[in-house]
Amino acid sequence: MPKDTGIGAATTRREDVRFLTGRGQYTDDIQTQGECAAVFARSTVANGKIKSIDTSAAAAMPGVLAIFTGEDFAEVGGNPAGWLINSRDGTPMHEPKRPVLAHGKVRHVGDAYAAVIAETVQQARDAVEAIEADIEELPAIVNMKDALAADHYVHDEIGTNQCFDWGWIEDNRAATDEAIKNAHHVTTLELVNNRLVPNAMEPRCSIGHYNPGTDEYILHTTSQNPHLTRLLISAFVMGIPENKLTVIAPDVGGGFGSKIYHYGEEALVLAAAKKLGRTVKWTADRTEAFLTDAHGRDHVTKIELALDEEGNFLAFRTETMANVGAYLSNFSTATPTFLHGTLMAGNYTVPLVYVNVKAVFTNTAPVDAYRGAGRPEATYSLERVIDKAAREIGMDPIELRRKNFVKPDQYPFASAAGLEYDSGNYDALMDQMEKVADKAGFEARRKESKAKGLLRGFGVNAYIEACGIAPSNLVGVLGSRVGLYDAATVRVNATGNLSVMVGAHSHGQGHETVFPQVVGEMLGIDPQSIDIVHGDTSKIPFGMGTYGSRSLAVCGSAVVRATEKIINKAKKIAAHMLEASDADIELKDGVFSVAGTDKSVSFGEVALKAYIPHNFPLEDIEPGLEETAFYDPANFTYPSGAYCCEVEVDPETGKVRVDRMTAVDDFGNVINPMVVTGQVHGGLGQGIGQALVENTTYDEDGQLLSASYMDYTMPRADDLPFYIVDHSKGNPCTHNPLGVKGCGEAGAIGSPPTVVNAVIDALQSGGKNVTHIDMPMTSHRVWSAMNNA
Amino acid sequence: MNLTGSRTINADVATVWAALLDPEVLKACVPGCTEMSGSADEGFEATVTQKVGPVKATFKGAVAISDRVEHESLTISGEGKGGPAGFAKGGANVRLTAEGDTTILEYDVEAKVGGKLAQLGSRIIDGFAKKMADQFFANFQEAVEPPSEDDDADTEETKKKGWFSKLRRA
Repeated sequence: MPKDTGIGAATTRREDVRFLTGRGQYTDDIQTQGECAAVFARSTVANGKIKSIDTSAAAAMPGVLAIFTGEDFAEVGGNPAGWLINSRDGTPMHEPKRPVLAHGKVRHVGDAYAAVIAETVQQARDAVEAIEADIEELPAIVNMKDALAADHYVHDEIGTNQCFDWGWIEDNRAATDEAIKNAHHVTTLELVNNRLVPNAMEPRCSIGHYNPGTDEYILHTTSQNPHLTRLLISAFVMGIPENKLTVIAPDVGGGFGSKIYHYGEEALVLAAAKKLGRTVKWTADRTEAFLTDAHGRDHVTKIELALDEEGNFLAFRTETMANVGAYLSNFSTATPTFLHGTLMAGNYTVPLVYVNVKAVFTNTAPVDAYRGAGRPEATYSLERVIDKAAREIGMDPIELRRKNFVKPDQYPFASAAGLEYDSGNYDALMDQMEKVADKAGFEARRKESKAKGLLRGFGVNAYIEACGIAPSNLVGVLGSRVGLYDAATVRVNATGNLSVMVGAHSHGQGHETVFPQVVGEMLGIDPQSIDIVHGDTSKIPFGMGTYGSRSLAVCGSAVVRATEKIINKAKKIAAHMLEASDADIELKDGVFSVAGTDKSVSFGEVALKAYIPHNFPLEDIEPGLEETAFYDPANFTYPSGAYCCEVEVDPETGKVRVDRMTAVDDFGNVINPMVVTGQVHGGLGQGIGQALVENTTYDEDGQLLSASYMDYTMPRADDLPFYIVDHSKGNPCTHNPLGVKGCGEAGAIGSPPTVVNAVIDALQSGGKNVTHIDMPMTSHRVWSAMNNA
Repeated sequence: MNLTGSRTINADVATVWAALLDPEVLKACVPGCTEMSGSADEGFEATVTQKVGPVKATFKGAVAISDRVEHESLTISGEGKGGPAGFAKGGANVRLTAEGDTTILEYDVEAKVGGKLAQLGSRIIDGFAKKMADQFFANFQEAVEPPSEDDDADTEETKKKGWFSKLRRA
């Protein structure tokens, strides 16, 4: 019977009460007495030399308080890349400075070169228009292939547009080449992983506050990880001591990766607040979001799959160009490398993998992690080439995958791409997928579609991903400049309710509901008496934030560890109250009792005693009941899944309709199945959006043509089917206390190749020899492919 | 973006050619043009105020005339900067052919926009550019063609129409 509380209960999300009734408190909702507004002057050209910026007319306009240009930040630091990647030849990557405001050159349309602070937003906007910037337009570097061949550079000082040329695993290179050369069959596919704009519902917003009396700064900002933002501003950009800077990320309306990073606007509002002694607010408009939020994906890949006569995989080899845009965003170098190349063995026992990634600077917005971050790109390449191979060798695509799956008795499994998978059962997921998707009924449905004049296709995909990014000792070896643990403090208040301070930030994930389910289960008390505190560096010990589907696996584990400490101490207090030995105290259903007796005290009585310690044995027990734990995992977690999709293609128009979408995932143990289902739904929507409609387009001059919802298509409800979602076949993670794996990105990772495979299957069933269509598979592209085949 | 078109103008080639090189004609014909100075040989300086979708801006820029083949063809190219609103640049290749008493004017226009103008998207920009080109050549035709004989010489309408032809005859 399903539980109605604690671990495993599909409790409705408590945060939805405020979100659904308009009572969320977002950064822009915060209004401070005397606040003023910042507006940025942004480059209209993709590549340009700043010859002069005349702010005198703007400075004289009504309400203008201050104007900043790149000159003002020439002496402060730059916003760094979080991971240092070495090229194949051992040389370190190129890391050009990323200043708060552009200085000397502007490098993409939207690059901010000045900021006006005025009494009102309108006054600041007017003054921005009066800034006379003489910017000489230079030829833009947009296309990655051209960028690598060009003799002019996004960053002149590094003399190349290649950030790094990374090989993984370099020692396997020669053997992989040899295996491909000698293979019975090699399938090759060239594909584009289309560039996406994150499109969080809430645009970025930052408010800087400075108190001259205490020399303290407060930054309210739209962030997925306020502690990292504080660390970057303190240690790299502005040198404000961490103890003088509080970063608060209140309710955040979606991030999908784009709000992990520190952006220059955050530093600007702090500098302006100090200069003026006023609170300074900046809120992005939607166009600024399109132009300056870190974009996602944008890989161009050639992948080769070598097989023997029986269809056993012998080797995977990829060559990828990964666009990093004009500057290195904080995770931009990790995303196409360690979050991508390490997953290139997929769910398979393939013995050899070699991944080559060239990261390329272009005059476009920075590109960084976006829901899935590297794993969608890996899964897409792999699962598309496997599908193509199945067709070429005449084997059923599910059969070919099953033949090469890692088998349940092989765990822990060392993949050819260097990871150790701890648990999984890919055949069981595939079985479950075939069952819940009613694969057996597909042929009948295909006939029904045919009767309507439509081509129905069935597409399948198996994915594995690495979540809960961690552990610090491993990521340190791989080039991370930070550790990837997380932290939690469990505070039991005197009246028996709890505040749990967590380093993970919730911006749609449901932490406020899920974390109390864990703590409530462990203590045997009602989760409703437990609240989560997150997003405020002054209240939380530390945190590495929310991304990479890590919140529950990493921060949730810290919560478990801190709660265990609470239980240990509470048992001591209970033993004192019951005049027993703490070894004899048992905790069950929120009651501490002495084993084998009827003597007991409630959790609430223990909590009260902790804060009213009359007669406490102070040499043994301190007053209070509050514990902190940091948790650094032993490994990544490895969610996996089997997805399938049925599409109908109209051969007259090329229009694709996703009719059925099934996601069977192994997330390990599930704390709240409803929240997990919601996370999968969201990921599927974004994945289908990428597959069918979303695309970011720059013209050859680096102008962003898809800069509004007029030209950037988002998936709508009528583009999406009712999903079949199943996570009943979980294999617990073996190395974290909850046995959880992470579910936030899976849908966006597993779905794009599934949809493309289904469309190809549909076209093939209609006698069209189409082997690949790049995403997004718009009607135009599908129709053109059909009519050129 | 590229636009092509042609118009039959009820005036001889020499009149049409002269009009193309006249800053007053250009000022009158470029929609939204408030200032135009300079000459065909030295280049023109122009100020144009336009509203494109939600963006209203004043563009300042230079216009140059090149590739002149007397009475046959020329290229007009220019670039206007509108500050944060962005910029527009482009060129028009214009060819003239005599057909009886009339002149066939053919044009190929290539236009590029940047900044906020580009971000408005092609639905707005392409339509806007087409409208601008249509208006320019319609104005030009109106300025160059002589008034028809039954026009009442005193109305505003006929004063406007054919004013360049009248000047040339005078």
